[in-house]
Amino acid sequence: MNGNRDAQPKGTLLEVDDLRVTFPTRTGLVQAVRGVSFSLGRERLGIVGESGSGKSQTGRAIMGLTPPQAEVSAKKLSFDGIDLLSISPRQRRALRGNRIAMILQDPKYSLDPVMTIGRQIVETLRTHEKVSKAEARERALEMLRAVQIRDPARVFDLHPHEVSGGMGQRAMIAMMLIAGPELMIADEPTSALDVTVQLDVLNILDRLVAERGMGLIFISHDLRLVSSFCDRVVVMYAGKVVEQLKASELRDARHPYTRGLLNCMPRIGFERHPLPVLDRKPEWAA
Amino acid sequence: MTAAIAIDGLEVVFDRFRALKGVNLEVREGESYGLVGESGSGKSTLLRAITGLAPVASGAITVNGKALGKTRDKAFYRDVQMVFQDPYGSLHPRQTVDRLLQEPLAIHGISDGEKRIERALDEVGLGKGFRFRYAHQLSGGQRQRVAIARALILEPSILLLDEPTSALDASVQAEVLNLLEEVRRRRKLTFLMVSHDLAIITHMCERLMVMQDGEAVETLTASQLIGHRVSEDYTRNLLRASEGFVRV
Repeated sequence: MNGNRDAQPKGTLLEVDDLRVTFPTRTGLVQAVRGVSFSLGRERLGIVGESGSGKSQTGRAIMGLTPPQAEVSAKKLSFDGIDLLSISPRQRRALRGNRIAMILQDPKYSLDPVMTIGRQIVETLRTHEKVSKAEARERALEMLRAVQIRDPARVFDLHPHEVSGGMGQRAMIAMMLIAGPELMIADEPTSALDVTVQLDVLNILDRLVAERGMGLIFISHDLRLVSSFCDRVVVMYAGKVVEQLKASELRDARHPYTRGLLNCMPRIGFERHPLPVLDRKPEWAA
Repeated sequence: MTAAIAIDGLEVVFDRFRALKGVNLEVREGESYGLVGESGSGKSTLLRAITGLAPVASGAITVNGKALGKTRDKAFYRDVQMVFQDPYGSLHPRQTVDRLLQEPLAIHGISDGEKRIERALDEVGLGKGFRFRYAHQLSGGQRQRVAIARALILEPSILLLDEPTSALDASVQAEVLNLLEEVRRRRKLTFLMVSHDLAIITHMCERLMVMQDGEAVETLTASQLIGHRVSEDYTRNLLRASEGFVRV
């Protein structure tokens, strides 16, 4: 259902057409992503779905992080005119972390535990740009300041276990932004954080994405959060896109899955006992 | 009305870290009571202290009029049951659902197991077909249903719920919350429920306590919270955060 796909604002950064990700298992092939299509300009796109909907595998396929045993195919998967499926692993590596970056869910697992935060940020920068050590340090400190870390010089020398989850996620954002990517994929960037910290991190991400004119893919299970943060929302179910719509028009969502997902969450001030539950129809996955 | 759970000046200390700093709480019989707060606020520690899973340094806990000592007797565990957050971690991976449900019956020497297992499975909406399956053959929501069945099988009067739906998808969460409400109504249970999600707590509970850094920030009724009639800034912040992202 691509009924309300819009004309792309300010040129297309990423084009995905009929993306498929297939995993071999003992019982045969499992298609985690089954023909996903969308395009992205310099805007914020949300991908929403429940566990197993293929939302993370979609993000990973764009990033080039699909496990080696799985197979990725697409009619088109291009980033700024570059065909991501035909370039060499070396070229892909040059893009990764440089022009396309990814923020993962839990800083506890996605940061290197035996390396200081500063060194990890400097490493990212020096992998992609020729800069002196002193300059790299300067830029890393500046980046830490940009993610609103109050005492960047102190945090620079800390190990990931010495900082809180919110701080770790800010460091992760700093690391991902330092090479100045044009496309950022954020896979559940705030799900591991407390609600109050969640908003701080989202505010930082929001400001930096707007300032730098990046394209953002925000992957999340939280439809309400995504719609308050993104310009457009893609809703996935069982590896397929069931609906694409403007975040502002979420209330007019037509697909029963989208509507059900919106409806089933308890909300403060809206008493409903029992809560409406999703009545999953087999044809949604067809 | 008597208190199902009464807690007075409870202190929990891990080495030198004070996880709970003199908390008072009273949960009435048949009531559903919520504990909210961010991670590290001590809300789960409070539940664990009641069951004897956390080291109580000082303070008194009374359950159904009986003061708890250093150890809990069997009758206590029959009366108070707990459902944990992560159904992937709280069910034994090498035991069938049947075996999992036998365990509490064996411990308490209950003879009409057959009937109880069937009834418990039926009550949580699983049916007989699930009885001889392993946890890994079930989805997250089904596992949490098994965990609830295991808690109900001893016919307790108090259920301690530690973030029972935060590991589940939104649509499955709705099903489990509905199930919990239904069993509470049917069995007239007392709930003490922990969650970081204000919306879930206001949906499930009549009264709640907001916690931060091991202390109670304030005690509210659900309708006070819904009407934003709160007095502490911390609670106000939580409320704002639960309304989602607003571009500034």
